[in-house]
Amino acid sequence: MQARSQFKKGLTAGLPIMLGYIPIAITYGVLAQQAGLSLFELTSMSVLVYAGAAQFMGTNMLAIGAGSIEIVLATFVLNFRHFVMSLSFMHQARDFPLRWKAPLTLGLTDESFSVASIEVKPTKQEKGYYFYGAIFLEAYLSWVVGSLLGGMLGDVMPESISQSLGIALYAMFIALLIPSVKTNVRYAIIAILAMLSNYSFNPFIQEGWAIVIATILASFFGTFIIRREK
Amino acid sequence: MPTLFIITLMAVVTAIPRLMPAFIIERVKFPTWIGRWLEVIPYAALGALIFPGILTVVPERPYIGLVGGVAAIILALFRVHIVLVVLGASVVVYFVL
Repeated sequence: MQARSQFKKGLTAGLPIMLGYIPIAITYGVLAQQAGLSLFELTSMSVLVYAGAAQFMGTNMLAIGAGSIEIVLATFVLNFRHFVMSLSFMHQARDFPLRWKAPLTLGLTDESFSVASIEVKPTKQEKGYYFYGAIFLEAYLSWVVGSLLGGMLGDVMPESISQSLGIALYAMFIALLIPSVKTNVRYAIIAILAMLSNYSFNPFIQEGWAIVIATILASFFGTFIIRREK
Repeated sequence: MPTLFIITLMAVVTAIPRLMPAFIIERVKFPTWIGRWLEVIPYAALGALIFPGILTVVPERPYIGLVGGVAAIILALFRVHIVLVVLGASVVVYFVL
């Protein structure tokens, strides 16, 4: 019973991810098909790689005939930020058994990490892993089903709708950040610092590294201010 | 190289960085200060994910993302449910487009 209620709570928490993922996944499906991938190939990429930005980049590189080593290396660089997020989430979920921790990490994306890491309480609750499992599964299935739909049906969504839903995940990130910022100014400083450093690194290094370095620097500085205040 | 093989390699190099921390946490006991560092990573990550990416919602018109972002901030400040923040910001962007 505990497991069921945790699972249900997780599905509710993951709802905004679903809302944001389906239109992007449909767009991915459409673009991947135009890039010459078969329905099986483009869906396999969503099932196996499960990383939005890397999939857009990958299909694009396949279409222009980039070398395979180049594609794989670029994917690694772009997705390495998940290592930092996973380390943070695993620290948060350190009391979970490994048989839950390991599969959970495979469901980590920018969005599932954001929702899961703001919801700290279930890590200390009985069968809290069902809560995170539900968020991650919901996000994963939305992504896979959305790509399949995009690849099958093609451009079904009017451009104005898919463009306006382009703000969805950013709005979700903002909605996750604001309540914490209101309770603790330090979090606001950390977030703004990350924004500014990401913005200033962006023109010089690849986007993947810019996010990694900005996140590490801003959070490191954040622990420093916390320590100084103690 | 067949496309499916490239996709498989993409999956491997994506999965390894995601999976490794599960085993690192099992074996390594971090000192408190690293624990505190890991605990504030979500706020830094959120910041880096929001900006400057939000400017690319409509790449040729960066202000569109800013308008949607401001709408999301206002809605979130009023403690509106997160799903409604997402929908509200999307509606605002729909009308500014």
